[in-house]
Amino acid sequence: MALYSEKVMEHFRNPRNVGVIEDADGIGEVGNAKCGDIMKMYLKIEDDIIQDVKFETFGCGSAIASSSMATELIKGKPVSEAMKLTNKAVAEALDGLPAYKMHCSVLAEEAIQAALEDWRSKKQS
Amino acid sequence: MLSVIRENYGNPSSLYSLGQKAKETLEEARQAVAGVIGAEPEEILFTSGGSEADNQAIRSAAALGQMKGKKHIISSAFEHHAVLHTLEKLKQEGFEITLLDVHENGIIRPEEVEAAIREDTCLVTIMYANNEIGTIQPIREIGKVCKKHGVLFHTDAVQAVGHIPVDVKEDGIDLLSASAHKFHGPKGVGFLYARKGIRLTNLIEGGAQERGKRAGTENVPGIAAMAAALQEAAGKLEENAAKLKEKRDRLIQGLASIPHSALNGDAEQRLPGNVNFCFEGIEGESLLLLLDDKGIEASSGSACTSGSLDPSHVLLAIGRVHDVAHGSLRLSIGEELTDEDVEYIIRSVAEVVEYLRSFSPIWRDLESGKKPHIL
Repeated sequence: MALYSEKVMEHFRNPRNVGVIEDADGIGEVGNAKCGDIMKMYLKIEDDIIQDVKFETFGCGSAIASSSMATELIKGKPVSEAMKLTNKAVAEALDGLPAYKMHCSVLAEEAIQAALEDWRSKKQS
Repeated sequence: MLSVIRENYGNPSSLYSLGQKAKETLEEARQAVAGVIGAEPEEILFTSGGSEADNQAIRSAAALGQMKGKKHIISSAFEHHAVLHTLEKLKQEGFEITLLDVHENGIIRPEEVEAAIREDTCLVTIMYANNEIGTIQPIREIGKVCKKHGVLFHTDAVQAVGHIPVDVKEDGIDLLSASAHKFHGPKGVGFLYARKGIRLTNLIEGGAQERGKRAGTENVPGIAAMAAALQEAAGKLEENAAKLKEKRDRLIQGLASIPHSALNGDAEQRLPGNVNFCFEGIEGESLLLLLDDKGIEASSGSACTSGSLDPSHVLLAIGRVHDVAHGSLRLSIGEELTDEDVEYIIRSVAEVVEYLRSFSPIWRDLESGKKPHIL
């Protein structure tokens, strides 16, 4: 059995929503170079809907695939739904990740949450 | 190997002629292997590979040391895990281990070996050439130092045998490990050289095979294939090394033109076929996967590829910081590689690195000046 599922390889080879949003409403960056994984999520939110989302990732195949899939799962969705995104959902959507790679999906979930938190705090001020 | 499996399948320990034929094959292989490294046949013990040989060599030297009350061992910071983990185990059993600095160029200094030797040192174990960064160690000088102080000298020569000249007598080596799959032999077979007079400790107890030092019916097909592979490699050593060095150096030159990259380990004192680079701002596993898509099979020292949280201990030992060590690429090239292949590899690596950098938040921070470039 190969290391990664077809879905993971597809999202790794052709990641969706790669890039930056210049005037993003929320930006979240998690991870650290010491561990070898960093994800940065940019959100454009209007009327409490995720109008656009982009990501940048420094990491392995499953890190790139997880961030790509995470952006797909929240794009166009209401913020309330995006807040409920779990790493399990990301991993499932990718047809599973090897056990020792699950932390990549966790990082993707955390990046999204960090971006939403940033948006919330910006809104308040 | 196939002919041995099909026709020469007797057990070398059996009395009937088919068994004796296998025994003959076994002893011919032993003689061939011994000849290549300048040893006597009775100094060669066949194993399941380099790891087993490393374990047996180190444990044997430790046991001999223990009998004399000598429980200090000297090694290096970038040995293969088969050596390091065996030493870790010995540490738990009361041995003291000194791991020498390998410096930025990945080469150990004989004077530092000498300075580390104590009254109670029973073994120095230093690899002939490092597996990740390919740097070749000053083995002959280290051998002299060990002889001067009466300390046993083991070398994990897994990467060196079959690629660069190795002579156990000239080099002053007491114990040596080798593995067939590193010189185009099959996987799962190797050998341990132990100078006559050194009493080995068994890892495996049982029958009388390998002069009672390693029980178990011998892997005759594997051993025969290993001997054949070694003889072939030894016959073309200089020729292959010259061809490889040229391609290796062209690869190094080409990869060095990728911005913010660095060669790991000394450029000259290096195995003819080893190239190892760090590229800032990207991660190794993603680099490997994309290169695999392009038909290039490589390895990396990133944490993701090692399955641990730390990147390669070898890269850390030569002073690379974590960020940079994660973005490493090792290429081991063979004689069949063409000049076109070399150019293709250079182009492909440059392409993939550029692509991965295009969406790396680390690269963005480096290029925008938010963080300083390290390489």
